[in-house]
Amino acid sequence: MAIESNPNGIPYTLKAKDFATDQDVRWCPGCGDYSILKQVQTTLADLGKLPHETVFVSGIGCSSRFPYYMETYGMHSIHGRAPAFASGLKIANPNLSVWVITGDGDALSIGGNHFMHLLRRNFDLNILLFNNQIYGLTKGQYSPTSEEHKKTPSTPFGSIDHPVNPIALALGCDATFVARTMDRDPKHMKDVLQQADAHQGTSFIEVYQNCNIFNDGAFEVFTEKDSKPDTTLILEQGQPLVFGKNNEKGVRLDGFTPKVVDLNSDGFTKDDLWVHDNTDQVKAGILARFFDNPAADAGGMPRPFGVFYQTDRPSYEAQLHEQLNAVQQSMGEGDLDKLIAGGSTWEIA
Amino acid sequence: MTTTAQEKKSVIIKFAGDSGDGMQLTGGLFTDDTAITGSDLATFPDFPAEIRAPIGTVAGVSGFQLHFGSQRIFTPGDRFDVLVAMNAAALKVNLKSVKKGGTVIVSEDGFDSRNLRLANYPEEQNPLEDSTLEGYEVLKIQVTKLTRESIGDSALGTKERDRCKNMFVLGFLLWRYSRSLDTTLKFLNAKFKNKPDILDANVKALQAGYNFADTVEFASDRYTVAPAELEKGSYRSINGNDGIALGLVVASKKLGLPLFYGSYPITPASSILHGLSKHKNFGVRTFQAEDEIAAIASAIGASYGGNLGVTGTSGPGLALKGEALGLAVMLEMPLVVIDVQRGGPSTGLPTKTEQSDLLQAMYGRNGECPLPIVSCSRPSDCFEAAMEACRIAVQHMTPVVLLSDGYIANGAEPWKYPKASDMPEMKVEFAQQQEGGGHFMPYQRDEKLARPWAIPGTPGLLHRIGGIEKEDVTGNISYDPANHEHMVKTRERKVEMIADYISAQKIESGHESGDVLILGWGSTYGVCESVTRSLTEQGFAVGHAHLRYIRPFPANLAAMMQGFKTVVIPEINNGQLVKIIRDKFLLPAVPFNKIQGTPIAHEELFDFVVNLLK
Repeated sequence: MAIESNPNGIPYTLKAKDFATDQDVRWCPGCGDYSILKQVQTTLADLGKLPHETVFVSGIGCSSRFPYYMETYGMHSIHGRAPAFASGLKIANPNLSVWVITGDGDALSIGGNHFMHLLRRNFDLNILLFNNQIYGLTKGQYSPTSEEHKKTPSTPFGSIDHPVNPIALALGCDATFVARTMDRDPKHMKDVLQQADAHQGTSFIEVYQNCNIFNDGAFEVFTEKDSKPDTTLILEQGQPLVFGKNNEKGVRLDGFTPKVVDLNSDGFTKDDLWVHDNTDQVKAGILARFFDNPAADAGGMPRPFGVFYQTDRPSYEAQLHEQLNAVQQSMGEGDLDKLIAGGSTWEIA
Repeated sequence: MTTTAQEKKSVIIKFAGDSGDGMQLTGGLFTDDTAITGSDLATFPDFPAEIRAPIGTVAGVSGFQLHFGSQRIFTPGDRFDVLVAMNAAALKVNLKSVKKGGTVIVSEDGFDSRNLRLANYPEEQNPLEDSTLEGYEVLKIQVTKLTRESIGDSALGTKERDRCKNMFVLGFLLWRYSRSLDTTLKFLNAKFKNKPDILDANVKALQAGYNFADTVEFASDRYTVAPAELEKGSYRSINGNDGIALGLVVASKKLGLPLFYGSYPITPASSILHGLSKHKNFGVRTFQAEDEIAAIASAIGASYGGNLGVTGTSGPGLALKGEALGLAVMLEMPLVVIDVQRGGPSTGLPTKTEQSDLLQAMYGRNGECPLPIVSCSRPSDCFEAAMEACRIAVQHMTPVVLLSDGYIANGAEPWKYPKASDMPEMKVEFAQQQEGGGHFMPYQRDEKLARPWAIPGTPGLLHRIGGIEKEDVTGNISYDPANHEHMVKTRERKVEMIADYISAQKIESGHESGDVLILGWGSTYGVCESVTRSLTEQGFAVGHAHLRYIRPFPANLAAMMQGFKTVVIPEINNGQLVKIIRDKFLLPAVPFNKIQGTPIAHEELFDFVVNLLK
C-alpha cells in the first residue's frame, strides 16, 4: 500500500516507486511503454501528487494496461471510450487529477469521435496517446497512424490508408494544449508531462513509442543518436527553431512557407529564424505539418517535439459547475415537493 | 343561449390534423383542463416521425386521443365518440375509428380541392358533400375564416394568424364540455408573456371558438362528465418521461447523491433530458454526449466518481450501449439505463410504441451478463419505477435497465403524487479506509453480494477496476478458469438475490386464482386491467398481474401463476416475456401479440381471452 498523507493531509514525500503497484508489468520486454510508465511515475512523485486524488483511465490496447501498474485509482475501460468515462468522472469530481492513457488505434480509430469531443470540450485532464503506428495487442495490423503501403497481416500487399496526423487533428479540434514527445527521451518527456499537468484544460500529448515486436524502429530516425539531431526539432518557447548536430540548421518562415536554412552557408543568422510562440495557433498549424519524411536525403522538415500550442479556455467541468451554482443562486435550492406537484394540481376530497 | 348539459359517463375524443396544426398542444391543453375537473383519463398522442411531414397528406396526420370519464379509465379507448378533423387527410385516416353515430367536427377550409387531392380522395369527391358522413353527427365549421376574423387587425402575418386555428377549436370544445377558459388562459398568458401579439391572437381565437359554440344553433348541445371516484389526495397530470425525470431527481436527493444524466437525443426518450436539464437547482448535472456510447460511458464515469449515473435512450441506443453496459456489470457499478422503447428493429418506427427491447435488455450483451430489469407500466407509475431502479442500482452495486415505451412516455394521466417528505431516505455510504484494514479489497462482498463503492479521492482505498475478469475479493486481473466460473456465478447470484429485496407480486384486479391470469408488463397495463375488470364483471375467474420487476421476478410469481389454469401474456411485440416465462418456469404460457406500433385495443384482448375461456 502506498504512503499517502499524514493526518493533517500533508503528503509524505513520495518517490516514483510509491506510484508502482504490486502487479507484474506484462508488456513485452523492450517495449517503449516501460519508459513512459517510469517517467509518469517519476513526474507524479516530483509534482507531489496524492495517489488517492489521481486517476488513470484507459481504453483497450497495450498502452491501456497502464492503470494496472499505477498505485492510484484507475479504470481500464472499453475500446476507444476512455475520454467519455473520464469526462463523466471529471464532472462528478473536478478536483481529481485525471490521466487518460490511449493508443493510436484506441484514440484515433475506434475512439476518434470521443477524442474530438474531449478536446473541444476542454475537460481539465491529460491525455497521453502512445503512438506506435501499429496494432500491438491484436498482433501487428496497421493502424490509423501507420505509413502508407505498410505490409501487415491484414495488408499483405500494402496498406492503402492515408495516415492521420494526430497533432494536426488535435489542433483542428481546438485542443488547448498540444504536445509531442518520445519514449527514448525521458528528460524531454518529463518536461512535457510537467507542463501538461500545469495546464488547465485538456492537455494532449502524443508520445512516439516503439513497439519492438510488431513495428520495431518506426521512430528510429528520430530517436537514434546518429540521425536524431538532423531529424528532430525541439520546440522551446521564445527560442528560434534550430536543429542539427551543432545547431547549425534553422527554420525560417517565407510567408507561410517554412524553409530549412543552413546557418553556416545560407547567409542567415539566428535572428532570421522563426521564433517559437506556442500561443500562435496559425504557426502551430504549420508546425503540425512538419510531417513528411525527415531523412536528410529526402529533404523533409525535421519533426517537432515539445509544446506546439497552448491557450487558456475555461474547462467544461468548471463551466458546468459555475452554471449549477448560478442557477442555484438565482432560483434557490430546489424544493422537492414543489417539483413533484408541478404547475397545476387538484384535490380529490 | 342557455342549454342544459347532458351528462356523459365517458368520452373519447380524437384531435387530428396536419403535423403543423398544433393538435398535440390542443389535446394536451384539453387534457389538462379535463384533469382539473376531476375526471379520470388516459391519452394517446400519435404523430409522424417527420417534424413537418408533407402538408395535407395522409402521412402527415398527427393525432391526440383522449379518453376521460367519471369511472376509472385505463386505456385511451378503441373507438372515438368525437373526431376533430382539421383537414381531409385527418378525416380519411380516422373516420373508420369513429363510433357509429359519433360526432365529426371538421374544419371546412381543410377540405378545399388541394387538401382533397393531397389526401388522395378521388377527383370530384368531397366527403363533406357525399354520403361518407352519413350516420354521424357532422359539425362543419369554417375554422380558418372565423379564426382570421376573430383576430382582426394584428401585426401578425396570415401564416401566424392561421396558427391560432387550434385555439379556436379548443375554445369550441371547452364550451361543448361545459368548461371555463381559465386554465387555458393561464397557460397562454404564461407561455406568451413576452410575445404580446401572439398572446393576443391566441386569446382572441380561443374566445371566438368558445363564443361561436355558445351562439350557433347546430352545435348547441353541451355535455358534462362528473368527477371520477378517485382515491382521495392531491393530483396532477403526468406523462411518462416527466414521471421518470422526477423520480430520478427525488431518488438522487433521497440517496444523497448528485444526479448525473448523460444522454444523446433520441425519440422518444429526449424529453427526459429536456426535463432534467431544467432542474439544475436540484444539483442535476446533464450532459448531452456526442453519441450513445459516450452517454453511458460518461454516466459510468460519474458513478465511479460518486454520482448517481443515469443514461437514457431508446432501442437503437441500447444496442450501442451494450458493450459499456457489460463493463458496468463487470465493474459492478451503480448505473441506471432507461430504454424508452419504440418500434424496431433498426430505426423502425421511431414515434410508435413497441415492447420489443425486453430480450435485448435481458440478453443483448456479450458474455454472461446479467442485470436487473425494472419496468414502468403507465405514466403515473414511472416516478416510482425510476426510484426503484435507482435504489436497486445503488444498494446492489449493479447497472439496472428501466424499460418504458413511447406510449407511456407521451401519454398522460392523473397522478396522485406523493410528498417527498413522506418518502424514506436511502442514504448511501461510500467505502472508507478501515483502521488497520490493510490492502483494500474492491471485490469483497456484503450479504447482498454487493461490493464496496470506493470512489477516487478517498485515502487508503487505491485500486484498479476494469473489464478484464477479476479475481474474487482482490479484484486483480485473473485468467484462472475456476475463478472465472465462480465470478460468473456470483454476478448472476447477486442479481437473483435482489428478489429478496423487492415487494411481492400482487394481483391488480380480479381473482387470486382461477382460469386465466393475464400477466402483463409495461404499457399494456391499461388494457390488461380493463379487460380483466370486464371479464370479472361477467363472472369469469380471471386475474391480472402486472410485472414491475422482470429480472429477477418476484419470488411469489411461480406460485401465483400455478393458481391459474392458463397464463396469457399480452405484449406489443412478437412474444418476448412469454419466452422468458416459459424458459424460467417451464409453463405453457399463451402469448397474445400485436405489433402495429399502437396499443392493444380492449376488444382485441377481450375477445382473445373469452375465446380461451370457452
